[in-house]
Amino acid sequence: MGRAGKIARRSFLIGSAALVGGVAFGWYQYRKELPNPLQGQGLGALTPYVLIDASGVTVIAPRAEMGQGTHTTLAALVAEELDLDWSAVRVLHGPPAQAYYNGSLLREGVPFAPLDQGWLAETARDAMDVPARFLGLQVTGGSTSIPDGFEKMRLAGAVARLALIRAAARRSGLVEADLRTEGGRVLLPDGASLSYAELAVEAAAVELPDPPELRPSNAWKLLGKSLPRTDMAAKSDGSARYACDVRLPGMVFATVRRNPAPGAALLRFDAKEALAFPGGRDVLPLENGFAAVAESSWAAMQALDLVQVEWAAPDVAVDEALIAADLRAALDGAPEATAREQGEISAPEFEAEYSVPHQAHATMEPMGAAAWLQDGRLQLWAGTQFPTMALAEAAKAAGVAPDAVEFHTEFMGGGFGRRAEMDFIRQAASLAKALSPVPVLLSWSREEDMAQDMYRPAAMARVRASVADGAVSQFHLATAAGSIIESLAGRFGFPALGPDSSILQGAGEQPYDFPNYLVTGHRAETRVPLGFWRSVGNSQNAFFHDCALDELAHLAGVDPLLFRMRQMTHLPSIQVLEAAAEISNWGATAPGRAKGVGFCYSFGVPVAEVVEVEDTPQGIRLTGAWIAADPGIALDPSIIEAQLSGGMVFGLSAAMQGAITFAQGRVEQSNFWDYEPMRMRQCPPITVKILQSGGEIRGIGEPGTPPAAPALANAIFALTGKRIRHLPLNREVRFA
Amino acid sequence: MITLAVNGQTLSTELPPETPLLWVLRDGLGLTGTKYGCGVAACGACTVLVEGEAVRSCQLPVGEVNGAVTTIEGLAGAEGLHPLQKAWVAEQVAQCGYCQSGQIMQAAGLLMANPQPSDAEILEAMDGNLCRCGAYPRILAAIKAASAAMAG
Ligand code: FES
Ligand code: FES
Repeated sequence: MGRAGKIARRSFLIGSAALVGGVAFGWYQYRKELPNPLQGQGLGALTPYVLIDASGVTVIAPRAEMGQGTHTTLAALVAEELDLDWSAVRVLHGPPAQAYYNGSLLREGVPFAPLDQGWLAETARDAMDVPARFLGLQVTGGSTSIPDGFEKMRLAGAVARLALIRAAARRSGLVEADLRTEGGRVLLPDGASLSYAELAVEAAAVELPDPPELRPSNAWKLLGKSLPRTDMAAKSDGSARYACDVRLPGMVFATVRRNPAPGAALLRFDAKEALAFPGGRDVLPLENGFAAVAESSWAAMQALDLVQVEWAAPDVAVDEALIAADLRAALDGAPEATAREQGEISAPEFEAEYSVPHQAHATMEPMGAAAWLQDGRLQLWAGTQFPTMALAEAAKAAGVAPDAVEFHTEFMGGGFGRRAEMDFIRQAASLAKALSPVPVLLSWSREEDMAQDMYRPAAMARVRASVADGAVSQFHLATAAGSIIESLAGRFGFPALGPDSSILQGAGEQPYDFPNYLVTGHRAETRVPLGFWRSVGNSQNAFFHDCALDELAHLAGVDPLLFRMRQMTHLPSIQVLEAAAEISNWGATAPGRAKGVGFCYSFGVPVAEVVEVEDTPQGIRLTGAWIAADPGIALDPSIIEAQLSGGMVFGLSAAMQGAITFAQGRVEQSNFWDYEPMRMRQCPPITVKILQSGGEIRGIGEPGTPPAAPALANAIFALTGKRIRHLPLNREVRFA
Repeated sequence: MITLAVNGQTLSTELPPETPLLWVLRDGLGLTGTKYGCGVAACGACTVLVEGEAVRSCQLPVGEVNGAVTTIEGLAGAEGLHPLQKAWVAEQVAQCGYCQSGQIMQAAGLLMANPQPSDAEILEAMDGNLCRCGAYPRILAAIKAASAAMAG
């Protein structure tokens, strides 16, 4: 019996509840201590995923839409069991509620790799499921939304369907077996039909059995197919609403600046000139900085520049030399954790050092939120990956009780981990308090967004290894980075216990079986704000681990793709490499071009990527890219393809030209001209192949990123003979 | 007070003439489909058409606008969505969607000037429009599909 079965027995008490004019379907919590998310609507302890009322069927998506298509797939899970007409499906983001906890996220946080399905790992993961509930982690991240919702959403759909059929049977006097459902209606044998909406109130009174059987995958009509995304029309006609688009009567516009040395204080400021700027209205102090408020965002940005300010100097003037010295010192010292230990390492013939710089999220929509404090009640509109925490932080900043906060989760103009942070939420709530009862829109400038990020840590690694008989005979990877968890714990006010598993993420769980294999994680001094960045530790460790393997293949005189495949122990991983070789026509490359391969097993998904490059008079051009990945079960191929290729572009951008650097405690980059994501002309055609080994279902928002950097670096080696061990690559080669 | 022709309507704003068109649209007129991404002509999220030509509205003071402005909200005609918007839906281009108004308006300007662009011409015209989600392959496919559809 798999883990899903255990969860179903233990905690899915399926139920329904009547609400005004309709009914909600979902499931009751394992213990009923969690506050009900739609209080006041008569829902008891139900966690609702489906609402049916006079206007039709609405799916409540418990996860946030930041571009990854999760609303579409979560809705499809419900629609599949409930026989809805896809074009009529509506999706709403659920309210912040602990009942929408994400058990999958915390499960992956335990120090066992997802590859490890052994008894110990399973028990630990299951044990983590209960605390996750009580912590109330409603989080979108870690590629967990689909694994978490795969059962819950389908069960909610199935139970709703059953209740509607029972209601229809009662009303018509027919037996249930004679009734069918299709297109949002119950069909009677004589050709007549009843809409779900008209049955809703009666369905709420139906006695429900244990969880119904879910449909087998070979009976799926929607799942497994590429569906039109529910947000696509609104994102093509300008009507999709992001937090920065919220407009309220009498709204004022604000922008902020904090001490450019992260964490250092504001000493004093003089706002005289700023207030004299046409349309300027207020300059207000905030934590470590201030806000300018004006009649337009532009006037606020202009006024902000006119504020005379004196910043405190940072305790330590962090710069690149210090960051490198910290990382070296960590590697020279004892490891804080060991992810792999087998055999022993002695007298290696190959030794190399690799490094990567800090990275910014640079979401296309800079941070911001709308907020309105009126009569002791706060309304807040924001795109957030962590709504339960955001609600609590907003309440604190505005000085109201959490139940006086109404939180609206908007579409996010990119998340990538940045919108799990609370700084912009706190700022907007503080501004609403200072300006009450006037509503305020906070919009960060791109410069503020670049300077005040929580960065992907800089990292460094040493590899010591040998080859014998065409294979790796020993391999030691020592990887070092600052601690995201330590940084986060400081910001969120929780204790950081034990080793930080993100430092080793992607380094220890690669599916190889070298006879002597050691992977150690070293924690470096954490001096600048660090955060989760798409694929987290995998993003640097894939570069270290996989580039070293590529070098060893060369040393052993074996084709690099075969070299990896032959030493793997995990069949789906071998199969994605085979698939990548096939779709990229690996063996045959046009003259003047070369291919490189990258592989990483992350978030339970093996992904192989191939990049082809060409030397041109303008520099190196990327002429093709191929991705093969296996998420276990593929629910929506079009969304998966978009996420994998988008994830690869994200990884390639960083590898080619992404670097956040520090000087005198400040970030040196300020806008897209000096932190420039890949542009359209640089983007190669990308071919994606999705494999389905049928294992446990996995999320796909992140696994496309890690193999990109090694694939490109290895391709550049194949083309030029030059091994580049330090990112970004454009410090060593020119790109066209 | 400044009056402007936007999406076939005459609208007016009290915001000062130095205010970039972007912020007049977004904060003054409530037309929020046009987005801010950088403010320095480096991302294209703010692209609109002025007299059929794609321009970066973050760089254009509203007092210097000479001609009719079309934003994403005004791109659809009496016959419904613009062929580019239809192609965007058909190709399922958007991810987070934040850059897409600017992408579509830039492409609209391109097709107006050059209804049958080559791949190289598309890449050149679109190079100033960043997409952090990396939707580039589908943006290219959608522009080609729209161009073919418009040729009938
Ligand atoms: S906001 Fe105008 S180009 Fe970026
Ligand atoms: S779709 Fe997100 S930035 Fe382009």
